[in-house]
Amino acid sequence: MDVQVTSNQQPATSNPQHENENIEINLLLEAIYLKYGYDFREYAKAHMKRRIMHRLSISGLDSISEMQNRILNDQPFFEVLLLDLSINTTEMFRDPSFYRTLRKEVIPVLKSYQYIKIWHAGCSTGEEVYSTAILLKEEGIYDKVQIYATDFNHKVIEKAKEGVYPIEFIKEYTHNYQKAGGQGSFSDYYRAMYDSVILDKSLKENIVFADHNLVTDRVFGEMNMIICRNVLIYFNRKLQSNVIELFLDSLCHGCFLCLGSKESLRFTGYSDKFETVNEKDRIFKKK
Amino acid sequence: MYKAIVIGVSAGGIDALGSILPTLPVDFPIPVIIVQHISPVSDSFLSKHLNSICRINVKEADEKEMAIPGVVYFAPANYHLLIEEDETLSLSVEDRVNYARPSIDVLFETAAYVYNKKLIGIILSGASKDGSEGLKKIKEQGGLTVVQDPETAEAEMMPKAAIAATKIDHILPLNKIGPFLVDICKRNRKSQTSTILHQGFLSA
Repeated sequence: MDVQVTSNQQPATSNPQHENENIEINLLLEAIYLKYGYDFREYAKAHMKRRIMHRLSISGLDSISEMQNRILNDQPFFEVLLLDLSINTTEMFRDPSFYRTLRKEVIPVLKSYQYIKIWHAGCSTGEEVYSTAILLKEEGIYDKVQIYATDFNHKVIEKAKEGVYPIEFIKEYTHNYQKAGGQGSFSDYYRAMYDSVILDKSLKENIVFADHNLVTDRVFGEMNMIICRNVLIYFNRKLQSNVIELFLDSLCHGCFLCLGSKESLRFTGYSDKFETVNEKDRIFKKK
Repeated sequence: MYKAIVIGVSAGGIDALGSILPTLPVDFPIPVIIVQHISPVSDSFLSKHLNSICRINVKEADEKEMAIPGVVYFAPANYHLLIEEDETLSLSVEDRVNYARPSIDVLFETAAYVYNKKLIGIILSGASKDGSEGLKKIKEQGGLTVVQDPETAEAEMMPKAAIAATKIDHILPLNKIGPFLVDICKRNRKSQTSTILHQGFLSA
């Protein structure tokens, strides 16, 4: 018999209302998968539940089961929920120290390749993709790079293609850019228009934006670097393992995997297939 | 019999936690999970500093790790900390809640959901209203609510907001909170020991 060694010997307390809610949530996720093909069933539940309950409370529906019925019969409503469930918080040069380390420890290796393929997995609205593009331009290797930027949410990919962001964030982005070791002036890369900034189209030349679902889609190419930051945290352990396996199959030997600043390979079962390039910034190299 | 303690603190946290955590013994029987409001670019200085002055183990939460007794977990900067049904810790980067990330409400709400009435929720000093909704949820699930006496708080807004939001079981001056937790969990341990013996007997 499998005995968990913890002094909390009993399962977390049961509560009939919560049990029912959990069942309803699982049914809702099952319905989404069966009807629309998006598989949220192995996402980390606490976060999913918050998002679902939030939408429930503002939708005026009485129960999760009622919401399930609605999403099956009302596609526009489903698309609203889908946007809720796609995690979109991102910023340009997020975690500047990551970009500094990229410059220092990864770019010199990438420079030795004749042609470089980079996959931004779960790219959301594109801020971090364009940050990488700027960095590659400044390091003089943009022209031999092909970037694949993917996300499962089509609306979000469309936004990423535009490269237009609210002007209110520019000060923060400029600050991040500078702390990331930016060699020019951040304003060289955009022009302001009313309450937006439009990123320079030269940044987009070598970027392909495409729909790809890390849960359900397979390998599509062999990469020199995969950047997937703050996406794995939303998956349960099993799904994290599956995705790391997908990344392993998509990476050349000696090539790089970059995760979010608090993400690790520790529980995935594949940590021995990678060596750590930089622990603090979560950059790994396939052995 | 409590299974976890969650603490929310903002301005004045270093001193408040520096007063409470060193009183906890190395074998404190339940996990303690803390959201301290910190700037997004903070490093893990606070948890490292507290670890060096406490007997109990203090660390930053690693995502997917199980919350176990004898450890105090801090939410990392710029991430929300959530608790899963299986008592593992999860991170998220959703929008700031009450202008905060990590947010106390996010931790407390997910904890209330998992631990129900077997949870102790504590609000300490702070200049924000974060945590009031979360503490209310904890009370609604039957958990124990504790707030630092605003008169002993460096910033009284957060404890006062919590007191206004829901029924508080204990309003305690800062120097009484640590001993209160040690005492309430001593009683915890007695009942847990008999449970472990019983379970051991069943699986033999």
